[in-house]
Amino acid sequence: MKLSKQQVEHVAKLARLGITEKEKEKFGKELSSILGFVEKLNEVDTKGVEPTAHITGLQNVMREDRAGDTNREQREKILKLAPKRRDGYVKVKAIL
Amino acid sequence: MSLNQLTIQQAHKGLKNKDFSAGELTEAVLEQIKKRDKDIGAYLTVTEDLALEQAKKVDEKIKKREEIGVLEGIPVAVKDVILVEDVKCTAASKILENHIAPYDATVIKKFKKAGAVIVGKTNLDEFAMGSSTENSAFGITRNPHDLERVPGGSSGGSAAAVAANECIYALGSDTGGSIRQPASFCGVVGLKPTYGRVSRYGLMAMASSLDQIGPITKTAKDAKIVLEAISGKDGLDSTSVEFKNKFQVSSFKLQDLKIGLPKEYFIKGLDPEVEEVIKKAISKFEKMGAEIIEVSLPHTEYALAAYYIIMPAEVSANLARYDGIKYGLSEKGDNLLEVYLKTRQHGFGSEPQRRIMLGAYALSAGYYEAYYLKAQKMRTLIKKDFDEAFKKVDVIMTPVSPTPAFKIGEKIDDPLQMYLSDIFTVPINLAGAPAVSIPCGKVGQLPIGLQIIGKHFDEEKILDIAQAYEDFTS
Repeated sequence: MKLSKQQVEHVAKLARLGITEKEKEKFGKELSSILGFVEKLNEVDTKGVEPTAHITGLQNVMREDRAGDTNREQREKILKLAPKRRDGYVKVKAIL
Repeated sequence: MSLNQLTIQQAHKGLKNKDFSAGELTEAVLEQIKKRDKDIGAYLTVTEDLALEQAKKVDEKIKKREEIGVLEGIPVAVKDVILVEDVKCTAASKILENHIAPYDATVIKKFKKAGAVIVGKTNLDEFAMGSSTENSAFGITRNPHDLERVPGGSSGGSAAAVAANECIYALGSDTGGSIRQPASFCGVVGLKPTYGRVSRYGLMAMASSLDQIGPITKTAKDAKIVLEAISGKDGLDSTSVEFKNKFQVSSFKLQDLKIGLPKEYFIKGLDPEVEEVIKKAISKFEKMGAEIIEVSLPHTEYALAAYYIIMPAEVSANLARYDGIKYGLSEKGDNLLEVYLKTRQHGFGSEPQRRIMLGAYALSAGYYEAYYLKAQKMRTLIKKDFDEAFKKVDVIMTPVSPTPAFKIGEKIDDPLQMYLSDIFTVPINLAGAPAVSIPCGKVGQLPIGLQIIGKHFDEEKILDIAQAYEDFTS
């Protein structure tokens, strides 16, 4: 498995990761080598095997859909972490 | 013996008998940090004021002749990926260099309620990704047994702090070996509990189907004490489960114990000197009356490959939250995309970047079935291997790592070589089982860890077995 430069660029974009030309080459090589290693999985026939997503078998853990108590102090602490804020909201750049 | 060298049990006894105060115990630990941490580099933040204030509260309680709990007044170090309210939490990443935790993790809430004294936050591989603590954005940690060598990782700071007596015990997190491997390299006890035993609320998520928080301690008994304090169902982590919260002395007898040795773990690539130490330790269990049985975990050789699909896939999803918008580093850009790209380029080190890209690739259109789904199917087969083996034996024993602590710089330029140092710990996370690393001998001056693996929720048993070994060899 060898990742082309275009594939590396594509994956970096999917991951919203800026990378330099030099890094494209470095990551290309490293990712190819790791993907080569995981090819090993193809030695085993897994037809009919159920995939495991959760190991202790829990399913659909529910809670009541109700708003909790508001904690002003904590809300303020969390908002304070945002790089940009306005009127008690986190400010985001325009998307369109 | 100075106070900072004590175990939890000893320190608790001393506090109760008024041999010393919680203030003195905390001062002894802080003193040791000042003296020794210049060389070790175990801590990223020392919370001296918080610690002394808490110790004072405990001393007032003792003065008033009130009962104190077993963790009350005892200094603990916390891996810097677990939130302590109002204290910096960096994950050893530049992207969170100035991040102040806005709330307590559930384990920390439990600690505070139990009166524990939090002395600081320990170094790790960035976002818990690595096996040597060399991937920290804020400097490396050195192995207290040999300063030229790594302490293991990713909970390297926590393990080194315990080994260097810069705390009485510590918390780590384990996704593929990150508690057990550094415990092994540093000669201390490290427990990865069963998936779901301990709430991860307030632990910065790495790979959510694998992550667990667990104790790093000086003895097996101490690990049991800490586990009891932090385990249990939590409404804030839906994967946590309630399990008989009564910690009884498990009733097994060593004479009836069946120990499985998986032949797939004693292979080429296992350092012969490590193998000798492990075999010798296992022979001691035989002397104590246990029966040793060879078992097979046939899919062992595929575990690391499955892990390096599942883990990065989950990493790529979990680390999407570091976007320069909500908290952490935020680089300027002309548009939103540019903010994302630059923030994540400059904020993440190369190991998180590598894993994010690997995960994004494995999950991308056209590759999902070939990689992620295939790996999850392999996970089923690995779990079944353990289920089968546990029909024949009570516990399984293996080495923790194929080698003793390696030299600083030795593997840092070859990711795949670094990954291979987790070959004996990763399968246990995939199976969700509990496992403990206990010191069982040395190669030269370097400690070697024995891994004792149990059935799901059998922590008490593996810790009792570990304790039996400590008693027998001391």
